[in-house]
Amino acid sequence: MSKLNAQSPAGPLEQKWSNHKGHIRLVSPANKMRIDVIVVGTGLAGASAAASLAEMGYNVKAFAFQDSPRRAHSIAAQGGINAAKNYMNDGDSVYRLFYDTIKGGDYRSREANVYRLAEVSTSIIDQCVAQGVPFARDYGGLLDNRSFGGVQVSRTFYAKGQTGQQLLLGAYSAISRQIAKGKVTMHSRHEMVDLVVVDGKARGIIARNMVTGEVERHGAHAVVLCTGGYGNVFFLSTNAMGSNVTAAWKAHKRGAFMSNPCYTQIHPTCIPVSGHHQSKLTLMSESLRNDGRIWVPKKKEDAEAIRAGKLKPTQLKEEDRDYYLERRYPAFGNLVPRDIASRAAKERCDAGFGVNKTGEAVYLDFASAMERYGKTQANLKGLKNPSKEEILALGKIVVEKQYGNLFDMYKQITADNPYETPMMIYPAVHYTMGGLWVDYNLMTTVPGCFAAGEANFSDHGANRLGASALMQGLADGYFVLPYTIGEYLADDIRTPKIDTNHPAFETAEKEVKDRISFFLNNKGTKTVDHYHRLLGKLMWDYCGMARSKEGLDYAIAEIRKLRDDFYQNVRVPGKADRYNPELDKAGRVADFLELGELMCIDALNRNESCGGHFREEFQTAEGEALRDDENYAYVAAWEFQGDPGKAVLHKEELNYDFVKMQQRSYK
Amino acid sequence: MALTGLFLCTFLVGHLAGNLQLLISDPTHAAESFNAYAQFMTTNPLVKILSYVTYFSILFHAIDGIMLVMANRAARPQRYAHERASTSSVWASRNMGILGTAMLAFIIIHMSDFWFEMHFEMKPTFKLDNGKEVKDLYLEVVEAFHSFPYMLLYVLCMIPIGFHLYHGFQSAFRTLGLIHENLTLLVKRVGVIFSIVVPMAFAIIPLYVYHFIPSAEEIQKSESYKAKSTLIEVEND
Amino acid sequence: MNLKLKIWRQEGQNDQGRMVDYQANNVSDDMSFLEMLDVLNEELIEKGDDPIAFDHDCREGICGMCSLFINGEAHGPVKGVTTCQLHMRSFKDGETIFIEPWRAKAFPVVKDLAVNRSAFDRIIQSGGYVSVNTSGNTLDANAIAIPKPNADKAFDAATCIGCGACVATCKNASATLFLSAKVSQLALLPQGQVERKERVTKMLHQMDEEGFGACTNTGACFVQCPKGISLENIARLNSEFRNALLS
Repeated sequence: MSKLNAQSPAGPLEQKWSNHKGHIRLVSPANKMRIDVIVVGTGLAGASAAASLAEMGYNVKAFAFQDSPRRAHSIAAQGGINAAKNYMNDGDSVYRLFYDTIKGGDYRSREANVYRLAEVSTSIIDQCVAQGVPFARDYGGLLDNRSFGGVQVSRTFYAKGQTGQQLLLGAYSAISRQIAKGKVTMHSRHEMVDLVVVDGKARGIIARNMVTGEVERHGAHAVVLCTGGYGNVFFLSTNAMGSNVTAAWKAHKRGAFMSNPCYTQIHPTCIPVSGHHQSKLTLMSESLRNDGRIWVPKKKEDAEAIRAGKLKPTQLKEEDRDYYLERRYPAFGNLVPRDIASRAAKERCDAGFGVNKTGEAVYLDFASAMERYGKTQANLKGLKNPSKEEILALGKIVVEKQYGNLFDMYKQITADNPYETPMMIYPAVHYTMGGLWVDYNLMTTVPGCFAAGEANFSDHGANRLGASALMQGLADGYFVLPYTIGEYLADDIRTPKIDTNHPAFETAEKEVKDRISFFLNNKGTKTVDHYHRLLGKLMWDYCGMARSKEGLDYAIAEIRKLRDDFYQNVRVPGKADRYNPELDKAGRVADFLELGELMCIDALNRNESCGGHFREEFQTAEGEALRDDENYAYVAAWEFQGDPGKAVLHKEELNYDFVKMQQRSYK
Repeated sequence: MALTGLFLCTFLVGHLAGNLQLLISDPTHAAESFNAYAQFMTTNPLVKILSYVTYFSILFHAIDGIMLVMANRAARPQRYAHERASTSSVWASRNMGILGTAMLAFIIIHMSDFWFEMHFEMKPTFKLDNGKEVKDLYLEVVEAFHSFPYMLLYVLCMIPIGFHLYHGFQSAFRTLGLIHENLTLLVKRVGVIFSIVVPMAFAIIPLYVYHFIPSAEEIQKSESYKAKSTLIEVEND
Repeated sequence: MNLKLKIWRQEGQNDQGRMVDYQANNVSDDMSFLEMLDVLNEELIEKGDDPIAFDHDCREGICGMCSLFINGEAHGPVKGVTTCQLHMRSFKDGETIFIEPWRAKAFPVVKDLAVNRSAFDRIIQSGGYVSVNTSGNTLDANAIAIPKPNADKAFDAATCIGCGACVATCKNASATLFLSAKVSQLALLPQGQVERKERVTKMLHQMDEEGFGACTNTGACFVQCPKGISLENIARLNSEFRNALLS
């Protein structure tokens, strides 16, 4: 506790940010020109931060492991971005967005940060429209909104199912403009492999040029990490193949605390695993749950017959189906929040009712929706006594209009026709709420090292609401960090250009090179993916949707064994001075093997269930999450002490001054 | 390319209009009409200017085309080992350079045959209704088209022209940036019709002449023709 | 199923490349094309061979990273999908599959099947943006109504993922479709009006500088584009350029 000062400004909630902003120290334009800032990662948070900082006058060096800033995984976000614009006049407000986010996060986030997020959300939309982001519009030419994730207002701005892409391309255009001006130097296909700390301050990074293999030193007055989440620790997730924790983990090992690493969001509607070869999972938009009904067979023998391919789901009678979400949560039914829907699916599959070969899938059925829509259409068309086929055909047209692209995608991946047979879905790791601990200024516990976007822990508590990830990334990058960084840099105006010949750089570089040569000279027999897959399985089984003390203890021991095995038996082919994706992957998996352990430790420490973290020991009689506000209303921030197993816990108490903590209920 | 290409399309229409006079079945009438037309085309100062624009267009279109093909080939120094271009584009669109070269070759033969001979060689003359004595180009054409190999070459050469037009016509409109949705469809349709009708019409003429018009010698023997035709003695050596 | 693969191997940009034969056995129908290569790579590593380098990241068809020329077609035989969305059920047992990188002077090979597409970034940097500062103090987002048809068309153009299939498939290795998508998006929106003329001129100039070929309207780019970016955008690009020239 002693080490953590959240720097939350005093005063009324709605004045905190403007007061704080008004008192942040400024750096004069002449001085900004002499200050270098490194931004690692060029997704929504990184690209927007780099562009904004460059515009303000700082010299920015941006780094991305992809070949272009346009490819960051922010691009894959489908649904939309929340903003408290109240264009729909349905009673939305900054306070309501703030409140929904706090509640959705199961009362485990920092009030001041969340309020600021809601406050700047409106500027994001203005900014993006000015950049030419083509949001969906209505026939009057004004912006359209839709509702999302169980909130009671429509505040989600969207661009079909490609909102993340459009927003990222907006940020990409902003950073491209600064690159053209020479204010941002872009280093693509570069991976940050260490943080350099000089006299207690972050002063640069070591990066590997992934094309030439060169290990480079880059100095700067401050380092901003916008490197996304670590969902790939589970091997299978909806994250991109390259998404990794390395940058954040290296910062952690250099002194940045890691917060709430066990908070993982598991998305209920993903396409199930099809086999051992599976490399990643694909999300099907949450919007499908608006019309689809989720079920498994009521009788185990039916489930077994289906798994064996002897029975088709369409042959099962209505009374033999268990619409378990509707049964358990009559009020919200199929529209319960993500964490609850995911756990319920797991519960049924664990009990033996799963419906695909692996037994890990449930049905998402559109037959009722098609029938319902079809009847309406038949009435509208004045058809008398239409046959069932006619009704279904009419309903199919309606469903096709709404979800056609998703159905096509499903068909492409699974070769099943979802118009004729129910879709199969299963939950998958999607987002990580945990991340580097940051104060109100988004600075980590290493002075001069900042973290923004999914890489930090700050805004979503234990569970993130739909369409809020894009909002947070852009809020941090455009409207928070560029201002708050001044508070730190104001003290640095007399610091000359960072000398990369400093011993700290030398040491860091040597460590990196040693690590690389270790991997390349390790005469192992097993591939990096082999270990990644095993780690992922452990994490999924014991630190996934449901955790228990027993399981976590086991996982920690297993991960440690796996890590030792990895260092002994991994084989990394290729050369150090060449393009070598396997080498990059080895470094990333090495870090996942450490992070995985810390996640389990964090999950073990948190003796409660909240949001995405569900401990089997802590549930109500009906199987719902049971929070312990008395003992766990804090942010767990872990300090690295040479080994993930020796991490030291620091607590930032969460004080709810404006919102009353309540138990969530969706019954 | 687009501008010169479209201009040459209009030239084709003009050229065809002239040639269609060869379909007149009575040789004397046909000769009168065709030779008068030829006389007009070669003497009118406006047409003269237009003809120079045409020569320039052909030259420019050809040189620009060759340069384009070369530059575009340079944009892919290493070719694919296996390519299935036919799945995504039509053959003509990928082979405009070859088609164009074939057309250029044809134009050169064509020019040397008719245009060159007409301008520079001594031939029979024809007395028009207005009293003017002109070179009898009609007879020249009939004679040429009665040669089977030549007729065949002429007809076959219309094929590359058709393919070249098939792609070139609509391509030119897109290059010029004419984008109205309905117009695009219209242009496409007109382009297809144009690329079929114009070369076909050109091809029909030699076929017609070969099959239905008497040979040049027979024509000259006819009474009505004799009255108008003057034979200039060509020395035999 | 069992497949015969002919894959382009090239150590680095300045090395000579060649096609190398591989055998992929027990390939399952459910595998994606890239997963098939993953499995092959694991086998190669275990054998002590150099795995095949190829670009990929999101594996859900949106990042634009994957870029394989499969059996003579960009992103393989299925239309409207990227390589990562191509599944092995689109192939037959015993089939021979050619796998090559995008080929264009402007896309030099990094290694094997991975190419350098930074030329696209430089085209965008030359003018593919609206020059607005990121202060957030702009007009309210609803201050200017945009007719829905224009907004929709701008969106359709903006869905380009910058994968480069258009360049790869164009017989001239032209980037015109890519360029036209960005020019169209911004030309259709009120925010893009101020820099309209400058933008198209600069971006076209940059495309030539990068060594891409010129457009001859074969239309192959549209057919192979995984996002179906319309040829109408090329017409619009040309009209933008014409207007810029004439004024």
